[in-house]
Amino acid sequence: MVRITRTIDFSCSLSCRAPDLSEEENRALFGRSVAQHGHNYRLEVTLRGEPDPVTGMVLDLKDLQAVLDREVMDRFDHRDLNADTPYFEKQPPTPENLARVIERLLLVALPKGLLDRIRLRQDDRLWVDVIEPPA
Amino acid sequence: MIALTRRYAFPAAHALRHPAFSEEENRRVYGKCANPGGHGHDYGVEVTVTGPVNERAGRLIDPALLDEIFEENIRSRFSHRLLNDDPIFRERVPTAENLAEVIYAGLAEPVAERSTARVVGVRVVETHRNAFAYGDYGEPG
Repeated sequence: MVRITRTIDFSCSLSCRAPDLSEEENRALFGRSVAQHGHNYRLEVTLRGEPDPVTGMVLDLKDLQAVLDREVMDRFDHRDLNADTPYFEKQPPTPENLARVIERLLLVALPKGLLDRIRLRQDDRLWVDVIEPPA
Repeated sequence: MIALTRRYAFPAAHALRHPAFSEEENRRVYGKCANPGGHGHDYGVEVTVTGPVNERAGRLIDPALLDEIFEENIRSRFSHRLLNDDPIFRERVPTAENLAEVIYAGLAEPVAERSTARVVGVRVVETHRNAFAYGDYGEPG
């Protein structure tokens, strides 16, 4: 078994708030993240599998990049996570939630069983891993 | 599973010397790291927690709470100190391996008490050439 990792960078604006909470409650729960702000996210996508005996590849990186462009870059890069995407109407765009959204999109888009994990880096000091159970 | 990692850093000094070793044995085992005056590193510490994501907050743990726990239990204890002066390192050599385990032990209880998360890994990055992971989650050093 081989693991391969491809990294992409994208930038978003966001604010963390629960729609049913007051301004004061939101501030207590999310602190400074209530205000509109932004991050340079780095996404590391790891696949696992056996290299194809002919091509020697687990998945052609061009194909992987095409999936990442379509599922991640086109949806999220230089967007407002709250206003420009449908994923955060009922949940705040914390790194945990954004990572889980991306994980689900990639699970559907990639050949079955290939996705091993993703690491979403919000900055140098905080990142979230979502790891698929072993096959 | 989902896990969140937060990275901290603090400078500290240590001297790798075993109290039961002779000067010669310390030199042989620890080389230049046995220098009695000690030496220092800017330690990077990556703390990984897992657990349920609180659906309302969308969080495994409030990063501000984890920062507070780290400040109270680790940074205030080790930052700008000689690690050998800490009681726990009177008997144990303050290698980065032992430091990773001590930090893990120092965080596990307060994190479990004050949140729904649990610590699963502590990775000490001693220099960009040396890293040491303790716990089930740790990435390879």
